[in-house]
Amino acid sequence: MATTHSRTLAKLMLLPSVSLLLIWMIVPLCMTLYFSFLDYNLLMPGDNAFIGLMNYEFFLTDPAFIESFFNTLLLVLGVLFITIGGGIGLAILLDQAIWGRNYVRIMVLAPFFVMPTVSALVWKNMFMNPVNGLFAHFAEFIGVTPVDFFAEMPLLSIIIIVSWQWLPFAALILLTAIQSLDREQLEAAELDGAGPFSKFIYIVVPHLSRAVTAVILIETIFLLSIFAEILVTTSGGPGYASTNITYLIYTQSLLQFDVGGGSAGGIVAVIIANIVAIFLMRLIGKNLEG
Amino acid sequence: MGSITLKQVTKSFGDVNVIKPLDLQIRDGEFIVFVGPSGCGKSTLLRMIAGLEDTTSGTIEIGGQDATHMPPAKRGLAMVFQSYALYPHMSVRNNIAFPLKRAKVEPEVIEEKITTAAKMLNLTDYLDRKPGQLSGGQRQRVAIGRAIVRQPSAFLFDEPLSNLDASLRVNMRLEISELHKSLNTTMIYVTHDQVEAMTMADRIAVFNGGVIEQVGTPLELYQKPVNRFVAGFIGSPKMNFIDVQPSAGDATHCIGVRPEHLQVTQDNGLWTGKVGVIEHLGSETFLHVHVENTGTLTVKTDGECPLKYGDVINLTAPQNKILRFDKAGNTITTDTADKPAISSAS
Ligand SMILES: Nc1ncnc2c1ncn2[C@@H]1O[C@H](COP(=O)(O)OP(=O)(O)OP(=O)(O)O)[C@@H](O)[C@H]1O
Ligand SMILES: [Mg+2]
Repeated sequence: MATTHSRTLAKLMLLPSVSLLLIWMIVPLCMTLYFSFLDYNLLMPGDNAFIGLMNYEFFLTDPAFIESFFNTLLLVLGVLFITIGGGIGLAILLDQAIWGRNYVRIMVLAPFFVMPTVSALVWKNMFMNPVNGLFAHFAEFIGVTPVDFFAEMPLLSIIIIVSWQWLPFAALILLTAIQSLDREQLEAAELDGAGPFSKFIYIVVPHLSRAVTAVILIETIFLLSIFAEILVTTSGGPGYASTNITYLIYTQSLLQFDVGGGSAGGIVAVIIANIVAIFLMRLIGKNLEG
Repeated sequence: MGSITLKQVTKSFGDVNVIKPLDLQIRDGEFIVFVGPSGCGKSTLLRMIAGLEDTTSGTIEIGGQDATHMPPAKRGLAMVFQSYALYPHMSVRNNIAFPLKRAKVEPEVIEEKITTAAKMLNLTDYLDRKPGQLSGGQRQRVAIGRAIVRQPSAFLFDEPLSNLDASLRVNMRLEISELHKSLNTTMIYVTHDQVEAMTMADRIAVFNGGVIEQVGTPLELYQKPVNRFVAGFIGSPKMNFIDVQPSAGDATHCIGVRPEHLQVTQDNGLWTGKVGVIEHLGSETFLHVHVENTGTLTVKTDGECPLKYGDVINLTAPQNKILRFDKAGNTITTDTADKPAISSAS
């Protein structure tokens, strides 16, 4: 649509903000890259000697790395699975003509506005606490031993908390997608003899594929860097059972004052994030086209 | 098989009665067209027959069987929507196969039916495309293909051609008529376009505000409209209506003359007027003639018309082509001989 002329102008106009963003991004990245090759520990001030790939070797061969790598994957996949499954269900429910549905929609969206630290604290103290939590009370009420969530299933607990935060987002995006579905298509399917299940599988799900793709891409970006929920609830433990890459870098660099090691971890995290991004775009990005 | 009978059918949305009690008999194999102004309930009635809208009261019988509360899929009808309602993520082949797959038809039979339908509708080259890669006319044909493979007992069309351009519309109109002749299945066709209605229909039902004003063959409606509404709705350009003073022994409140029945004469016309806008269509010419105390009359004459803007002309019409309406707008149907002749004095 745009003419060559207006496109050139548009590029020119975008230049300042794009370059600012680029500098904003490139400078810390280069500094991190630089630090990752140094023996740089705040507890041992010295000449910060260049040590090549030592920091990387340290980070990658640490048994905690493998564990936290899989924890990261589990966390992302688990939350995606729950939020998309639950989101589709919730979206279908919210699409029904129920009384006061506008208010219900706003209420459903509420968890998304709660800060991660706050929601993690609420879950930790009010729901999952083995003594005072609602779940513990409920367990006692039906006569079973309360579960100590963060000790027995730390990663699952965090997945549940994070899912609770992201479910509204997924549900809202999917709801708008469902609402954009042409009613006549559903009616045509009904005349064609499709029952509720067939209609869902053959009409609704394909229609949602694009929205689901968008949800997966957006959520993945944020879920790779989950941090606050872990810090507030389990601090990565017990052991490394609920440590993800982001949290591992934090323990490496800040708790051990190892700037070099932390920087190497950061670079590894950047690489992992890019691999995931390329992988995702290859796999499902084509859904967004056309 | 494909006869449809509506008995005292009504439909209300809340307090609004969209369909007033309505009776209609549609014979097996008939091509019936629903016409009427926008919002008069044509689509609603069609959707009620299809089962997409429930019936407030009355009964709908399909093939002699009460279908009032049957789910849509059980009624054995196929509907073609104005928006085509194709499944956008499926290929043309899968779109057409969809109803057959739902009915658990054997794959070989499905393949065979698709091939036949595609050949009939000129879709063979497009079977593997998505609906988004087709033109409007092709999409419409896919929608029809999806309908015919099910071999329904009746087809329902809701303004299927209104998204197409004029020339394509003429083609599709012929194709649908052709299809009706070859399949011999009942078809109910909703349209705004009275040319479609006149050319395609075996019978036309004229709707107005939730009631059927008249049902009849196209010529019946054209020649013997039961009231002023039908007279004005059927025929293009519209019939001219002229209010007259009712006299003793004559209840005529209004007379109607079709533009094609008005003749330009040199002298002794019923009306005298001044020629306004002239529309040349090539094969015919429409004159808009301003007649004092009467209003503007539309006249249809030959393609070659020597008149100019501002000319004063006389108009006349054969007495037997003049329709008379009473106060309520109903046609007065006594023999022409009994009626006092319309004169210029009126
Ligand atoms: N779901 C609904 N709820 C309330 N009123 C409705 C509903 N659907 C249709 N109506 C009303 O019913 C009337 C008839 O609608 P319908 O769609 O049958 O008209 P139509 O004859 O098909 O008009 P058109 O030629 O413009 O398609 C309209 O006045 C419309 O406002
Ligand atoms: Mg309509």
